[in-house]
Amino acid sequence: MDRQEVLEGLADVAVELLGVDKAQVTEGARFDEDLDVDSLGLVEFVMAVEDRFDVKVPEDKLEGITTVGQAADLVLEMAGSPAEPAETGPRGPNAVSGAG
Amino acid sequence: MTEGPPRRRVAVTGLGVKAPAGTDLEAYWKAVRDGTPTAGPIRRFDPEILPEQFRFACEVPEFDLGPYFDFKEARHADRAAHLGVAAALDAVADAGDLGAVDPARCGVYAGCGVGGLMSMEEQNQILHNRGASRVSPYLVPMMMANATPATIGMKLGWSGPNLCVATACAAGTHGVGEAYMLVRYGLADVMVGGGTEACMTPLAMSSFGRMGALSPRVNDPEHASRPFDPDRDGFVMGEGAGFLVLEEWDHAVARGARIYGEVLGYARNTDAYHITAPVPGGAGAAACMQMALADAGIEPSDVAHVNAHGTSTPLNDASEAQALVKVFGERAVPVTSGKGVTGHLVAGAGAIEAVATFLSLRDGVVAPTANHDRDDPELAIDVVSGAAREVAPGPVVSNSFGFGGHNASIVLGPAPA
Repeated sequence: MDRQEVLEGLADVAVELLGVDKAQVTEGARFDEDLDVDSLGLVEFVMAVEDRFDVKVPEDKLEGITTVGQAADLVLEMAGSPAEPAETGPRGPNAVSGAG
Repeated sequence: MTEGPPRRRVAVTGLGVKAPAGTDLEAYWKAVRDGTPTAGPIRRFDPEILPEQFRFACEVPEFDLGPYFDFKEARHADRAAHLGVAAALDAVADAGDLGAVDPARCGVYAGCGVGGLMSMEEQNQILHNRGASRVSPYLVPMMMANATPATIGMKLGWSGPNLCVATACAAGTHGVGEAYMLVRYGLADVMVGGGTEACMTPLAMSSFGRMGALSPRVNDPEHASRPFDPDRDGFVMGEGAGFLVLEEWDHAVARGARIYGEVLGYARNTDAYHITAPVPGGAGAAACMQMALADAGIEPSDVAHVNAHGTSTPLNDASEAQALVKVFGERAVPVTSGKGVTGHLVAGAGAIEAVATFLSLRDGVVAPTANHDRDDPELAIDVVSGAAREVAPGPVVSNSFGFGGHNASIVLGPAPA
């Protein structure tokens, strides 16, 4: 999974959950100010991202994540984390298809 | 007339429904006035999980949520709130420009029996299938029964009294009546009162079915809800919402509002008898109607018609008929039930029936009780059936009775001629 795939996936999740235009979901887009995501919205967003990329994002890792680009980095970091081997997860192959 | 603090007159100036057969006032009223049943196969969920005989209901036709919710709000609200908020906003729009009102003296009372049950059922499946970490962080505001009045208050910016009334099938009339009391006693100037329900869900229908409360007429759903008919065999589940704008009379007159009519009196009591069965003989319901008439300062002979609870269950209709005879005498007043058309909307029921009552008063007709094909020899009441009956507008008693023994009777009057 490369960074572009992750960004694509995050944009898809944002479109689905937030009803925003895909074009709004740029690397620099801020969750609170640009995408109007509140604290509950962030929990839901992370949950959907975890499902999509079959990664586990620990809550303490969310500290300081304010933009879509930072979120993409975190997803890549978690996907590469040996504690959470994404490729062997039960929903791995489908979740990272990136289609849509 | 009961004693108490000084009373103000309360006008009804706005009506809104999201009901089976109609997501706007006139479509809904046409179906009720024509006695056109709306029951049919369940489409909102796969009914296969239900016993075959219960796979039908009265659903609200699809409507666009766009005028009422933005994208995220709609996703994070249950169907009960979709229906309720939309009906309430319709009612406020119908009332026209309210003019100068203090938002702190405007509020919302909404009946809701169970809240966002479908959301709860869906998330419960997720909990058991995928674990707690997959449960939506929005489930609490989706399932809480007070989500509807809270959301209506937010949308209108009304910061006055805001409550959810959870008295099961009586809650719609309680929602209207309790709101009326606030305006009447000067604790609010404008209230939106009504009820909403969307418990047409697999779990709710299974449990109502297990109680023996639902009609099993799956092969003839249109004729399943048949209030006061001798062949009645249970109610038909419905979903939907109704709301009324209740406004201090002088304020309504001063702004030149279109006034549908007024609330003349209201009463609520409890059987204190059984958690689901009405007290035999309908003593609680009769007392409630008598108190409502006394509150309105009128005699039973002044009543032009009764909008009955009339659920089509053997027990409710028998005890309500006994209560009606006790209050009015045998076959002394025309009685109608809209549930032959709409099914039973639980907390939405009394509210959409109050809406229908004001349209009935407007048109000078009493709607027929759909599927009331013949009189039950055991019930000595005059049930309007077949076609709408012309009746000169006058005070109407509208009843709702709920599990728990909750009774509500409200007296609604026509607009001044």
